[in-house]
Amino acid sequence: MVDVTLKILVIDENPVRSAILEEGLRDSGYADVVRLDTTHELLRRIYQIDPDVILMDLADPSRDVLEQMFQVSRMVKRPVAMFVDQSDTAMIEASVDAGVSAYIVDGLRKERVKPILDMTVSRFNAFERLSRELDQARTELADRKLIERAKGILMKSRGVGEDEAYALLRKTAMNEKKKLAEIAQSVVTAAQLFG
Amino acid sequence: MVSEATLDLVRPRAADHGLERLRIGFIPLVDCAPLVVARDLGFAAAEGLALDLVRETSWANIRDRIVLGHFDAAHMLAPMAVAARLGLGHLVAPVVAPWILNHGGNSLAVSASLRAAVDDWGGVEDPAAVGATLKRVVAARAARGEEPLTLASVHPFSCHEQQLRHWLAAAGLDPDADVRLVVVPPPYMVDAMTGGVVDGACVGSPWPSLAVEAGVGRILLATGAIVPATPEKVLGVRETFAERRPEALAALLRALDRAGAWIEDPANRAALAELLARPEIVGAPAEVLTRALSGDVRLAPGAPAIHVADFLRFHGTGPNGPINRPRRVDGLWFAAQMLRWGQTRDREAAFAAARAAYSPAVFDAVFAPPPPAAESVVAPFDGARFDAAAPEAWLDAHPPMRRDEGATV
Repeated sequence: MVDVTLKILVIDENPVRSAILEEGLRDSGYADVVRLDTTHELLRRIYQIDPDVILMDLADPSRDVLEQMFQVSRMVKRPVAMFVDQSDTAMIEASVDAGVSAYIVDGLRKERVKPILDMTVSRFNAFERLSRELDQARTELADRKLIERAKGILMKSRGVGEDEAYALLRKTAMNEKKKLAEIAQSVVTAAQLFG
Repeated sequence: MVSEATLDLVRPRAADHGLERLRIGFIPLVDCAPLVVARDLGFAAAEGLALDLVRETSWANIRDRIVLGHFDAAHMLAPMAVAARLGLGHLVAPVVAPWILNHGGNSLAVSASLRAAVDDWGGVEDPAAVGATLKRVVAARAARGEEPLTLASVHPFSCHEQQLRHWLAAAGLDPDADVRLVVVPPPYMVDAMTGGVVDGACVGSPWPSLAVEAGVGRILLATGAIVPATPEKVLGVRETFAERRPEALAALLRALDRAGAWIEDPANRAALAELLARPEIVGAPAEVLTRALSGDVRLAPGAPAIHVADFLRFHGTGPNGPINRPRRVDGLWFAAQMLRWGQTRDREAAFAAARAAYSPAVFDAVFAPPPPAAESVVAPFDGARFDAAAPEAWLDAHPPMRRDEGATV
């Protein structure tokens, strides 16, 4: 059961990721989602927004700003705890591994918050996977360009055709137990040095 | 929490020619030096250890990763070891502080406009004089109907926060009413000061000097002088790690001891600054780091550096005995500050956590224990002497509100 009355604050310097998370939360029925992408006067703004749940990028140094909300002194309007249950290590592990920290107003029951945390962890993980795939695609593209250049250099210096140049690169890579792109890189570097 | 047996299974061993691997978290600050030196100069390897140092972005991450068992040990704010044991509003993190990494190194940097409010603030090593000046500035601002000053520390359970609070109270200022105290992560300090979000910040080296170099900050006070010769950062260790792997812990302390001796030798300062300057460690100019290591503090851009004695100490003996040996009285002092300022309420629990976190037992088992000290006290600059034998009495004598009983004005 989704508890749509909860007010959720998402603090993330990465606008794409926080938009993905907001969308996920809204799709699940949480209408009251606020996003903050700046750390300027963070605590004051959190007090203004007065959320029940705060979700924050683990890599953000401003996590230490939020720690002030754990205090019991009169400066703190609503004491906040991180996570719901000391014993729920699995939930904490999953969050930290996904790179997100969650702060919850003291006294909120676990069942009310769990679906939010599950959603957050899965969206953070999905974002991470997408970023990784994008990085990989970029690397592959760069590798292909490098191999094209190396082929061109070999065709010119050895007077061979394209297929033969490629075969030469591949054979060298296999002999030296290296990746094709690495061999291509050394061909390009060598050409720059001697060319 | 994650069982130690599970961790033993996944922990890689004997991969580096039989070295035992330890994962240790750190924050990019000058006082992570002992860990870096122990790893990079072979002191750890000589003790059979391979240190995996993991750079973190917040003290909160350090604590959480200790709780989860991602780290065996970490560079930690000295009061944090007590706060973590208490689990103040948070997960209980059973940690101990068997080794003190350093004393000192923090400074209060303020905006150029606050610095310019008064010609002579008082000496950079004189908390009483600078505090009295600040009290006049605060009163003048209040009389003009201006907003109270905003001063920042780096974490609620830090020496920075405790230094500011004790100093303000001693000057007759109420830290919760006469000024605004906030937390600003050091990497954001220059921006916060430029934008007028904060008027000053008590931060560890090299950040105050970087604010000066950026033309934004002016250093007013070496805040180590507020409660001299007390721990600044400690090696925080999972209690279960300390219990289950005593040999590894002893080896780590021996490695840190040799690293500390190397660091304290002035001949090694330039090399140390180069080690720390690397982007993956502190990532600051070696020249600024060298000054912090030598205690040469440049108060304003281009100004000649002023030497502050014992600005930053890593090793050897100070007025309170061996610098690296935990003293229960220091833990009790940290707990007393948290109680005084309403961060926690249960005196008995806070003092018990302090005694457990700051036990010298491991240190004394590894090194020859020092001759028993004549007295076990913390002596802040204002004479508010704190005795390990009577922490309750000190608290009773130092209630949070001291606005009407200013000690120095």
